[in-house]
Amino acid sequence: MASHPLLELQGISLSFKGVKAINDIGFSVREGDICALIGPNGAGKSSLLNIINGVYQAQQGVIRFAGTERTRMRPNEAARQGIARTFQNIALFKGMTVLDNVLTGRNLKRRSSWLEQALRTGRAPAEDNRQRESAERVIEFLRIQPWRHEVVASLPYGLQKRVELARALASEPRLLLLDEPMAGMNAREKQELSSFIVDINRDLGTTVVLIEHDIGVVMGLADQVVVLDYGRKIGDGTPAQVRRNPDVIAAYLGTHP
Amino acid sequence: MDFFFEVVLGGLLAGVMYALVAIGFVLIYKASGVFNFAQGAMVLFAALTFVSLLERGLPFWLAFAITLAVMVVLAVLIERTVLRPLVGRSPITLFMATLGLSYIIEGAAQALWGAQAHGLELGVSDEPLALGGLLLSQFDLFAAATAAVLVLVLSLLFTHTRIGLSLRAVADDPLAAQAIGIRLQRVWAIVWAVAGFVGLVAGLLWGARVGVQFSLSLIVLKALPVLIIGGFTSITGAIVGGLIIGASEKVAEVYLGPIIGGGLENWFPYVLALLFLLVRPAGLFGERAIERV
Repeated sequence: MASHPLLELQGISLSFKGVKAINDIGFSVREGDICALIGPNGAGKSSLLNIINGVYQAQQGVIRFAGTERTRMRPNEAARQGIARTFQNIALFKGMTVLDNVLTGRNLKRRSSWLEQALRTGRAPAEDNRQRESAERVIEFLRIQPWRHEVVASLPYGLQKRVELARALASEPRLLLLDEPMAGMNAREKQELSSFIVDINRDLGTTVVLIEHDIGVVMGLADQVVVLDYGRKIGDGTPAQVRRNPDVIAAYLGTHP
Repeated sequence: MDFFFEVVLGGLLAGVMYALVAIGFVLIYKASGVFNFAQGAMVLFAALTFVSLLERGLPFWLAFAITLAVMVVLAVLIERTVLRPLVGRSPITLFMATLGLSYIIEGAAQALWGAQAHGLELGVSDEPLALGGLLLSQFDLFAAATAAVLVLVLSLLFTHTRIGLSLRAVADDPLAAQAIGIRLQRVWAIVWAVAGFVGLVAGLLWGARVGVQFSLSLIVLKALPVLIIGGFTSITGAIVGGLIIGASEKVAEVYLGPIIGGGLENWFPYVLALLFLLVRPAGLFGERAIERV
């Protein structure tokens, strides 16, 4: 319990036209952990992820990330602070190649001025090479080398999900948000992606918050599980603790443990 | 045979003028997937501002610099008041917004500077020049050289820089672009400012050729076939499309005109564009949409 929380949410509430999507939710995620958000459809999981990365603004509550407190933030500011994410319905740049998509993830890391870039002088050429190398490293890490010059739109769904993960990873985030990374995958693909997530977490030290429906996958993967139901938090703890929580059992796992 | 080459070359050079207008459209289309109907109004606004400043006794470069500054301010204003509130809306919504915008800009131009036509003298004569036995317009050559420099600068800016990649990302998926840290607002403001600059250059050349007047904003319609042939997403396409239109309409006018009647120039480009739509809907250099079914 030595490591301090990287992400802390306190009293977060969000409503759409009077309908409460999220009601006074608070939890914290320790640096280096994998935290899973689970709950039935409409429980507010995606909304919560959208609040963390600034797509939605919470009406109440405070978010503390890496020690700084904030109430509102835009997605591009979140990206600058080291929060990267993937989306439930893949949001890749479909007309670009895999490599270009991953390179866009590194856009923030450029330091040379646009004049240097246009004329290919000064810091730009060396930087280009570095960008390219880092992108290739990520591509290798997620084993998508064979497709790196393919246009994303032509790839199968499972691969697109992996490319999106690669783009998020390319920005070297401290916190990675994954919205149903395994939706629509078969058992083997899920297994494969789980091991990628574990690798990212262990080898790169990236903290992960993910939404997943497959309880088997979640229990094997997560250090911490947060359970939502109707916009409220009904469980929070290790997979073993959550499994024993009677509220969770009633609401989510069914009445039989 | 010399006469034929003269016609073709003259047409190609005139085509450069079309290409110049088309490039402004391509820039904005690439960055937001929107056909900016207001581009013609921006050309008029820039030319009118420039010529009015010139007539008030300002030196050429100062008038140019001030007009450029005005176009940048206009771009930022458009981003704040029109684009930002419409983030994530469908392209047709944005297109309608640019349609309205074109009227506002035209109105503003006339409210500011009046509705009368102005002559514009750039100091380049329109006298024909004998080159290797061919007679070519000096002004056309000057316009072509200007366009070449402009294209070179744009391609340096947009293919090698971070802005270039951001631009494509924003065009492809604005939400995802924001999530990886791209400042949507800034990219849009930059693109519209650059389109304003291109509009200024086009406005000066067109203004010098046909006079600075209200009908300048109608060159939108002339750019449309150029874009259909070249493709909406490619600057190279805009140039090639412009050249094809320029050359083919002149050749058609000279050789077909006597047979089926004059005034061919006015409708021939549209027929050509229609044929392209049937054969190659994405244009010569446009990105074809790839979709998994």
